[in-house]
Amino acid sequence: MEVNNSNIGPGLEVNGQEMRYRDAFNNTLRSELEYDKNVLIIGEDISGGFDKKTKEPLDAWGGPFAATKGLVQDFGVERIMDAPISEAGFVGAAIGAALTGLRPVVDLMYFDFTTVAFDQLLSNAAKSRYMFGGQTKVPLTLFARSGSGTGHAAQHSSAFYSILAHIPGLKVVTPSDPYSVKGLLSAAIRDDDPVFVVNDKKLINMTGFVPDEDYRIELGKGRYLRKGNDVTLVGMSYTSVVCKEAAEKLEKLDIDAEVIDLMSLSPLDEQIIIESVSKTNRIVIVDEDNPRASMASEIAAIVSDKAFDYLDAPVKRVTAPHTPVPYSKGLEDEFMPDSDDVVQTVKNILDI
Amino acid sequence: MIKEDKLIWMYQTMCRIRFFEEAMLEQTYKGNSMGVTHPSDGQEAVPTGICAHLSDNDWIGSTHRGHGHCIAKGLETDKMMAEIMGKYTGNCKGKGGSMHIADFSKGMLGANAIVGASIPLAVGAALTAKYQGKEKDSIGVAFFGDGASSQGVLHESMNLASIWKLPVIFACENNQYAEATPSWYAVSVEDIADRAASYNIPGVIVDGMDVFQVYEAAEEAVKRAREGKGPTLLELKTYRYHGHFHADQTEKYRTTEEEEEWHKKDCIKNFEEKVVQQKIFTKSKLNKLKSEIQKEIEEAVEFGLSSPLPPSEVLYEDVYVNYSNDLKGLR
Repeated sequence: MEVNNSNIGPGLEVNGQEMRYRDAFNNTLRSELEYDKNVLIIGEDISGGFDKKTKEPLDAWGGPFAATKGLVQDFGVERIMDAPISEAGFVGAAIGAALTGLRPVVDLMYFDFTTVAFDQLLSNAAKSRYMFGGQTKVPLTLFARSGSGTGHAAQHSSAFYSILAHIPGLKVVTPSDPYSVKGLLSAAIRDDDPVFVVNDKKLINMTGFVPDEDYRIELGKGRYLRKGNDVTLVGMSYTSVVCKEAAEKLEKLDIDAEVIDLMSLSPLDEQIIIESVSKTNRIVIVDEDNPRASMASEIAAIVSDKAFDYLDAPVKRVTAPHTPVPYSKGLEDEFMPDSDDVVQTVKNILDI
Repeated sequence: MIKEDKLIWMYQTMCRIRFFEEAMLEQTYKGNSMGVTHPSDGQEAVPTGICAHLSDNDWIGSTHRGHGHCIAKGLETDKMMAEIMGKYTGNCKGKGGSMHIADFSKGMLGANAIVGASIPLAVGAALTAKYQGKEKDSIGVAFFGDGASSQGVLHESMNLASIWKLPVIFACENNQYAEATPSWYAVSVEDIADRAASYNIPGVIVDGMDVFQVYEAAEEAVKRAREGKGPTLLELKTYRYHGHFHADQTEKYRTTEEEEEWHKKDCIKNFEEKVVQQKIFTKSKLNKLKSEIQKEIEEAVEFGLSSPLPPSEVLYEDVYVNYSNDLKGLR
């Protein structure tokens, strides 16, 4: 079923269950492996070690963040391909496989490791279709864990969505809860273009309602997490959770915030943003990425270009600072945009 | 003993590459190609001797110096010439140019202008073949140069292909120079083939100026791949007659003596001498075969020159299979 995104939320009457984000993710990988025999997963440690005598996979960790737990037992090492630590090599091989008929899914572990394979992603995955005049397609999915807040420090905590969203030929999605990760991951794997699914580490143990039925979320569509009239809060990935929390705090101050979860950064649902701003006349974009040339700046530019006449206040951005992610807890807390930062920004533009 | 029709194919393929490159350079100097071109004349024996063992089901990855690989893999010279001239009738609608010629229907994964970047693509094609149980009929060949032999992605690819036992051949065309930098300076070993030892795969040194030796070495490597025995690294010692790119002046970094030494080993001349000496073909037969190719290349140039440029909407096509945002720039 294709879900009408605006209908998702309280009151959706379908069968389903509460589950963790990671379980929704794992279940979706499993169902996509069952759905299409050309789907295979490649990544470091996804077999979790091998018995030295029998050569059988041990699935010691269930893969990084347990995303692939149990899959190697059921689908075998031919489809759950454990790769050595050579991101450029196996991302390149996955692109080659995608160009020749398979539908590979790559686990890049930490989002930061994207840069190790960046040439393959930029020069081959994103550009092959174009530079070869549409002869081919690259049905490749990549996923990795982003975000600060877990003490992983500067090289395991990045959230540079904008670097990927900048690239023609790539798509980028940012699920924010168990419901959206199921719908977006399934859509990404079945999509014929290369799609990067960014999973914030802070979401991985979060629970939420997931419909039992098979569904996909259309790439390029955002959704309302909450309707309101006074200000639009725009989130992506974990900052959608931050926006929801901020909206609850604002409600206590009699401020009625509308919350948009972008879900997809490229393509981007410009329409939902403009529609909301044209009603609320104020917008705050919340982004855990560094501020320069970020998704937050991009959305601010779109709003000032296409919704200028609706604005009653400056477009505001709440972002991480222009620094790498620090390790020490207090510094890391300061780094991350939180709901209090959002509330304060809203109060500022409402002159409260 | 190589069959007669295969010998004819080999001779004509080498001539086709040679004449194509010469005509391409002429057109480039006339301003009819739209950018930078990297001629491969001198190296014809390498793609010819290897692709002689391949079919359309086999996949090759190629480089910025890729015209020879394309021709040996069966791409039509008229479409190639049109592509280099930026024409809509080119292999890639004029959007790729000299450095990105591809034809997926012929098992050609594309020329690639990032040095070393196409190597893992050929590994991926081999992965598809093995995954689908088709390795007898489908293998991957990664063409790259001595420059790429120092790229990390080659080493990652050889390690991957070795541990996954993939049907792939790493074909290193050691033409002695990466741009102007000689391989004796930039490569840590005398023979790049030695690098295979690190990946527990065979590494074979081949005279890349002799198409018969290339053919023989490739035969063994292709057999190994099709039998599921895994990858091979071939180092084919060869020489590019022209500079790194069309306007490069080789006299600034190569000696005339060195160039003359390599020209003595010319693959086409040596082929002719051998087959005439062994009475396989007469000189007049060779001349006839050659003139067919001359004519074909003249027609290819004509096709390119008379073809239309791509219409402007083509700029926005083929970025994605589907995408919901407007791709136009902000004006």
